[in-house]
Amino acid sequence: MSRPAVIVAAAVLAFLVFAALFPGVIAPGDPLAIHPLDSFRAPSFAHPFGTDESGRDIFTRIIHGTGASLTIGLSATAIGVGLALILGLLSGLGPRWLDFGTTRFLEVLFAFPGLLLALLFIVIYGPGVVTSTIAVGLATAPGYARIIRSQVRVVRRAPYLEAALVLGRSPAHRLVRHLLPNVVGSLFVLVTLGIGQSIVWASSLSYLGLGAVPPAAEWGAMLSAGRTYLGSFWWMTFFPGLFIVLAAVGTTLLGRGIQQGTRLR
Amino acid sequence: MALPVAAAPPVRRGPLPWLLLRLGGVVFVLWAVATVTFFAIRLIPGDPAEAVLGGPGSQASAAALAQVRADYGLDLPLPLQYLHYLGRLAAGDLGRSYSLREPVGAVIGQNLGGTLLLALLSLLTAAVIALALAAWSTRGGRWASAVTWVLEVVSAALPHFWLAISLILLFSTTLGWLPPVSVPGPAGLVLPVLTLAIPLAGFLGQVMRESLLDALGSPFVLAARARGESEAGVFWRHALRHAAIPAIGLAGWAFGALISGAVVVETIFARPGIGRSLLSAVQLRDVPLVIGVVLVVALGYMLVTTLTDLADRLIDPRPAPTTAHRGRS
Repeated sequence: MSRPAVIVAAAVLAFLVFAALFPGVIAPGDPLAIHPLDSFRAPSFAHPFGTDESGRDIFTRIIHGTGASLTIGLSATAIGVGLALILGLLSGLGPRWLDFGTTRFLEVLFAFPGLLLALLFIVIYGPGVVTSTIAVGLATAPGYARIIRSQVRVVRRAPYLEAALVLGRSPAHRLVRHLLPNVVGSLFVLVTLGIGQSIVWASSLSYLGLGAVPPAAEWGAMLSAGRTYLGSFWWMTFFPGLFIVLAAVGTTLLGRGIQQGTRLR
Repeated sequence: MALPVAAAPPVRRGPLPWLLLRLGGVVFVLWAVATVTFFAIRLIPGDPAEAVLGGPGSQASAAALAQVRADYGLDLPLPLQYLHYLGRLAAGDLGRSYSLREPVGAVIGQNLGGTLLLALLSLLTAAVIALALAAWSTRGGRWASAVTWVLEVVSAALPHFWLAISLILLFSTTLGWLPPVSVPGPAGLVLPVLTLAIPLAGFLGQVMRESLLDALGSPFVLAARARGESEAGVFWRHALRHAAIPAIGLAGWAFGALISGAVVVETIFARPGIGRSLLSAVQLRDVPLVIGVVLVVALGYMLVTTLTDLADRLIDPRPAPTTAHRGRS
């Protein structure tokens, strides 16, 4: 176990959430204010992370972009888990033919591995923040769905569900009060791990110019803008990337830590 | 009957029925992937004939549009277009790229080798790193185990683009040891391979370590030690074989991760490959090229998962329980 690492991760995440809620407290400046005379300044005391091609302060932009970037990661995860919950419940609770059909459907989706499904979705609906968020959610859904399906199949045979049936509870009651809490509870760790992955994938898409568009103060969009200047002005891509890493590593460490903690008990 | 893939039979079938089932599954998934892609592409707003001629801005004449429709078979009714498409696919014809004006098969052929080389070298590097970390963490005591745990979790969460940028900044810009773009030859391969290998090693390491610990605490390792097997022998001959099974089960996932990573890595290092072709095809909405790459990747994925299932059957030291009962040799 690595308790210090997990505590550091929790602290980093708490900082990021604070920055997302109150960006003005940490970085009082305007993330969109341009100062052409101060363009491409290297990191210094006045500009800890340097400035970009329009002289905008990168530290301010990163802090103000936290909300947008975390929202994209959270929404993508929510879309993925939501879709997966529908598929997993259909497959785990439905009749055999429905389970067979859903499982085959998932196998077909698995044959579009990794970002492939997301890229296909973007070809159809065009690049942008909303499409790339949905695309990432869609690409992560099959993995969650498979786990939810197997979890549902374990829980549905549990004695407490049989007891609820014998007590004459309605199907809706059994689903909402007994089955879902037990399925969702085990999903918690998975979702914590998934948020980090979603942030990484969404920012990868932004970096490739398929997600959020540059003027916005969003981590992926800042990366994409800085890509042109990688050779000469490294701070434009390094620092936004560093925050993506902090968010991704933070959620992953926390998720793994919780996983180990619950397993030991 | 073409019963598809992961309908894992509860009993271990003999080799031939198993292979036939798997092949049937592969054909089914490929057909489904081709069909999903074909109809998904129809959802794209705008006229495909216009896309061939360079998008709505090209102001193509009616005659040119009609010509393109006839050339690409776009004037036929949709079910007929679908059948033509399946027929061409079955014959191995992936159509012509809109943006490169070349057969898609040729474009993929030119680019596939580079990506495969990159992916294989990365997989190998990742396996070596993961194995080293797993071995160290199981023998190095509590401290080593904690450090490798953090190392593995952190490296598994690193995004490819940031790793690539950091490696370029360190080894090219600051130290000047390696080129920042992928030049031909081994020097140009080091940074792209490391970028792909490090996160993968983190994932593999986590999986292998858990099963290594499982194996090292199990009766069969105790038995091997009791027989006087050396520590190295226990590790290499017994525990590692046990630990390889879950890692091999990850192969399909690892394939996806490598291909997705290749899109980013080939773009950053300006390295030719199907990842970069796919990205530029997505950006230019070059539909035939996107479909072609997607189909090739899906085929690769099915190949990898089938081969790993086969390897799993061969490596798994547990005896097949049912064959004797069913009277098959």
